[in-house]
Amino acid sequence: MPCAIRIVVQAEPFDTAAEIATIRNADANVGAVVSFSGICRDESGRLAALELEHYPGMAEAEIGRIAHEAVQRWSVDALTVIHRHGKIVPGDDIVLVLAASSHRQAAFDAASFLMDFLKTRAPFWKKEHLANGSAGDWVDAREADDAARERWKRDTEK
Amino acid sequence: MKLIYFAWVRERIGTAEEEIELPAEVTTAGDLLAFLQARGEGYAEALRDPKIIRVAVNQEHVGHDEPITGAREIALFPPMTGG
Repeated sequence: MPCAIRIVVQAEPFDTAAEIATIRNADANVGAVVSFSGICRDESGRLAALELEHYPGMAEAEIGRIAHEAVQRWSVDALTVIHRHGKIVPGDDIVLVLAASSHRQAAFDAASFLMDFLKTRAPFWKKEHLANGSAGDWVDAREADDAARERWKRDTEK
Repeated sequence: MKLIYFAWVRERIGTAEEEIELPAEVTTAGDLLAFLQARGEGYAEALRDPKIIRVAVNQEHVGHDEPITGAREIALFPPMTGG
C-alpha cells in the first residue's frame, strides 16, 4: 500500500482535529496516529507575533523530499505536513505533522524525523515582532536543531 | 541567471531577486558568493560570513563546492528557522 502524503504550505490557519480525522481514516490498516503541533509562544509577554518568510515552491518540494525519505525508512500509511507562513500570533499553530501507521513506533519515529529535518532543511525563516512595538530581529538557527537532525544519520553516514 | 534572496540576506542586499550575467569563471556556489561579495556594500554585509550562507540551485540545497553552471534559479539565504 503506497503511503498517502499530504503537504500544504499556506497563510491560513488549519483545523488540526479535521486533519487527524482524515488521516486516521486513510485506510483500515491505520492503528496509530502521532500528531505534533508547533505553536507560536509569546516568550513571557515579549513577543507580539512571528512573521514567517518562506521560499514558495522549494518549501513544498523540500518537505516532500523529507516525507519521501521518511516513507523509505518507516512503514507508515499516511503523512500530513502543514506549515503556515506570514504573520502568526502567540497561541496560533505554525506547523502540524501527522504520521499514521499500523503500530505506534513507526508513527512516532516518522513524525520526529519529519520535524527534525523540517526545522533545519525546509526554507522558512522567522522574524520577531516585539510586544513593546519595536521591530524585532530574525530568529537565529539553533545548534540543538542541527544536533537533533544528526541523530537520524545512518551508521554508514557518520 | 535568476538570483533570489531571503530573510536577512534579502534585507541586507536590498532586493528580493535579480537577473545577473555571471562570468565564466564563476562555476560553483562558493564562487558565486565570492563574486557577489564584491558587488557592493549590501552584498558584502549580507555575505560577510559566507560559510553560514545556504545555497539552493533550482530549489534544491547544494554545498558550496557544487556546480551552478546552467542553473535557472539560485537562492541564497540564512540557516532556516521554520517549524
